[in-house]
Amino acid sequence: MDQSISWITVGSVEDIPRQGSRVVRTAYGDIALFRTVADEVYALEDRCPHAGGPLSQGIVHGARVTCPLHSWVIDLASGEAVGPDEGCAGHCPVRVVDGAVQLGLAAFRPGCGGCGHG
Amino acid sequence: MSTHTNPPTPRERLVVVGNGMAGIRTLEELLAKAPDRYDITVFGAEPHPNYNRIMLSPVLAGEKTFDQIVLNGRDWYEANGIKLLTGDRVEVIDRANRSVTAMSGLTVPYDRLLIATGSTPVIIPVPGSTLPGVVGFRDLADVDTMLEAAAKGGRAVVIGGGLLGLEAANGLKVKGMDVTVLHLMDTLMERQLDRSAGALLQHELERRGITVLTGADTAEIVGIEKVSAVRLKNGQELPADLVVMAVGIRPNTTLGKAAGLACGRGIQVDDTMTTSDPAILSVGECVEHRGQTYGLVAPLFEMAKVAAARLAGSAEAAYTGSVTSTKLKVTGVDVFSAGDFTGGKGCEDIVFRDAARGVYKRVVVKENRILGAVLYGDTKDGGWYFQMLKDGTEVAPVRDTLIFGQSFGGEGAANPKAAVAALPDSAEICGCNGVCKGTIVTAITEKGLSSLDEVRAHTKASASCGSCTGQVEQLLALTLGDGYAGEAKAKPMCKCTDRTHDEVRRAITTLELKSIPDVMQRLEWRTPDGCHHCRPALNYYLLCEWPGEYKDDSRSRYINERVHANIQKDGTYSVVPRMWGGLTSAKELRAIADVVDKFAIPTVKVTGGQRIDLFGVKKEDLPAVWADLNAAGMVSGHAYAKGLRTVKTCVGSEWCRFGTQDSTGLGVKLERMTWGTWTPHKVKLAVSGCPRNCAEATIKDLGVVCVDSGYELHVGGNGGMHVRACDLLVKVETEAEVLEYTGSYMQLYREEARYLERTAPWVERVGLEYVKRRLVDDAEGRASLNARFLFSQSFSQDDPWAERANGSVDRHEFAPLAQVG
Repeated sequence: MDQSISWITVGSVEDIPRQGSRVVRTAYGDIALFRTVADEVYALEDRCPHAGGPLSQGIVHGARVTCPLHSWVIDLASGEAVGPDEGCAGHCPVRVVDGAVQLGLAAFRPGCGGCGHG
Repeated sequence: MSTHTNPPTPRERLVVVGNGMAGIRTLEELLAKAPDRYDITVFGAEPHPNYNRIMLSPVLAGEKTFDQIVLNGRDWYEANGIKLLTGDRVEVIDRANRSVTAMSGLTVPYDRLLIATGSTPVIIPVPGSTLPGVVGFRDLADVDTMLEAAAKGGRAVVIGGGLLGLEAANGLKVKGMDVTVLHLMDTLMERQLDRSAGALLQHELERRGITVLTGADTAEIVGIEKVSAVRLKNGQELPADLVVMAVGIRPNTTLGKAAGLACGRGIQVDDTMTTSDPAILSVGECVEHRGQTYGLVAPLFEMAKVAAARLAGSAEAAYTGSVTSTKLKVTGVDVFSAGDFTGGKGCEDIVFRDAARGVYKRVVVKENRILGAVLYGDTKDGGWYFQMLKDGTEVAPVRDTLIFGQSFGGEGAANPKAAVAALPDSAEICGCNGVCKGTIVTAITEKGLSSLDEVRAHTKASASCGSCTGQVEQLLALTLGDGYAGEAKAKPMCKCTDRTHDEVRRAITTLELKSIPDVMQRLEWRTPDGCHHCRPALNYYLLCEWPGEYKDDSRSRYINERVHANIQKDGTYSVVPRMWGGLTSAKELRAIADVVDKFAIPTVKVTGGQRIDLFGVKKEDLPAVWADLNAAGMVSGHAYAKGLRTVKTCVGSEWCRFGTQDSTGLGVKLERMTWGTWTPHKVKLAVSGCPRNCAEATIKDLGVVCVDSGYELHVGGNGGMHVRACDLLVKVETEAEVLEYTGSYMQLYREEARYLERTAPWVERVGLEYVKRRLVDDAEGRASLNARFLFSQSFSQDDPWAERANGSVDRHEFAPLAQVG
């Protein structure tokens, strides 16, 4: 997959607060970058599959985020809502190279409400 | 041709530059494989024979002597026919003529050369870094310098909270110095430990009297003839007689570079440990292999094995890189980490915490294989995990008990009930109250106890911090058998723990827990960093318990409290400036109008709490909106906070023909006293100037109704989903009494209600009589509650908007990281 993706550097890991998030404005809409307590970085569309809430504003715990609007819990790796809720947020390949956060924006996959899978 | 008659073929000449662990281990391996192949010369820059560098920490701490860490004495070199030249640094490699020349002028020719020059400590380039009294922690000379300084006592500052820095700090502390560790990152040993283990380690070091400053960025080392202090970028200055620089190591490539060998961060070698010159090999911390450099001993030994095999003539041996593990060598502190424990996509965390033993274990598993492990307090299974990690062992068969370690699974050794059964009667169960097993069992049988509460009442066991609750329950079950029905479980805080809100709060107080990782460790949280239910609650409980001391964790706050505005359904925010007692002015209204125009704010609405709400503000505009409101003298209305919202008032005696007292003025006083406080849930006050109650004071968390003879105080009301009229708490005569009752009532609610419990359900739960007993009957208790409230307020009345409008706090919250495409 990596071969076909062009990676765009959007900042450094240190720019994202641990257990927090920063937003990148893109042609696909806002992408939320999350940094977990273990310093993993994930990228999701900044829209909860439930009611479009900005996931970037949620509380990050483990590798999950809780949407600020109605407390849906979204898995950061897959974008999927954690049961019993169903739906998934759009997601985008992301990698960290020497502390630089890079998005594979061309491979962005939009999410869906209520479909239960990516 | 007979070999007997010919003179022996001259042996190949092998020169080793570097008398450290990697170089000499290579020789040991080589001598085992091909003892007679080379004439060997070893150059060492240090004046000593080969010693175990990783044992320098115990030497510093006085636990070992130098002689005890010598690996190969001079007799070993002699016995193996090796020429050892110590204290003579090689300065030139002449690759064309295949010789090396040392500082002394001695030139030795070679057929094969092995470079093992190791590494040098990184000295951060701040002013003063070359002053006498500033040392690295690399060799015996550094240790001697430190021991000499320590003999005089005084203060040491260790820059760097990694492995070496902490070992140095511990050693210096043991030797009697006052030690401060400065660490740039917010977690000690952040490359080897996760946040939880880092926090435990920090506490242990602090318990030993070492001061640890995280997020400490060194600006300058101060001193004239020798070091006298370290100054941080935030201006703080720490007096120092000794500064140990332990921020990292750098491969020592000076010699390799000068000789024209290919170098990156280290001297580059291929899988055969050969440099860009086929006659020259290199091993140890000075090399770069497949882009990696190493600073730990295990990889060096693996390299040594390959280099030795190659020197002995093998065509197969290859080094393919190392997976590393780390152990901290501070006596009594067991820390182990291995592999990649940052986790990642598809990873699963298995966490085990045993607060009583101070144990934290985290194993990261991906696709049924161990990816990494962090162990604190009990590292005996480190080797086991590490072996499975290196071997890629499938862990599915032991997955369920993996975290308990290798010895688990036998005869119920880790079965908690069996473990308690096996304890002698004299074993202490409750550490807080000093109650042992025998006392508890006797009480259960002789007094016919059948529940935890009864055991607590009769023996005090588990009545304080509660961390032995599980064991006491086991004892009930063991003693009573089927006669023990178990406990009716109160609802735990969340899925991360079995503890209730009340138990957690009690533990925070009795165990003096002062951070979220602390609470999670001591109370054995089952998740690495909690969830959106427990984190905000813990943050509040800690803030309430340790005013002025606990540092608020913004990452554990709901977004509204993090950015000090109310999120709306479209992701924009609403902004409500404070209007004290509902009063405003032309100046404020004009400023609000200007802000509305300037930022094209779509909706302006008057709230139920007598102030003005600006809806649809874009997040990135918030700081500028606040700056303009601040300029007109307005501060945050905390309309988003689990805290004091508004004090609603009527106009009172100043204008109203029925008014009995100055209700507006009193409302302003109450709001000035209570604004900025954090509470379990939102709090709304009101003051009505007469019993007509235009300010609706009797459905507020606390309402004051003025009457001719004084003031009625009503509590526990709510106008929300379940309307509850207040209960009358007391009637008082003076404004001063109103203020004292308000402060003490707020503090009682702050200290005893559960997070997200409004005053109405709280008063119903504990009963009005209880509140009266605490506030009305107990004048002394009331005064001290009020004093605690005012003390806490002395830390909380800074306008959060101003701090953000001027960019000094959380700037990253309000700006996108980047714009692409």
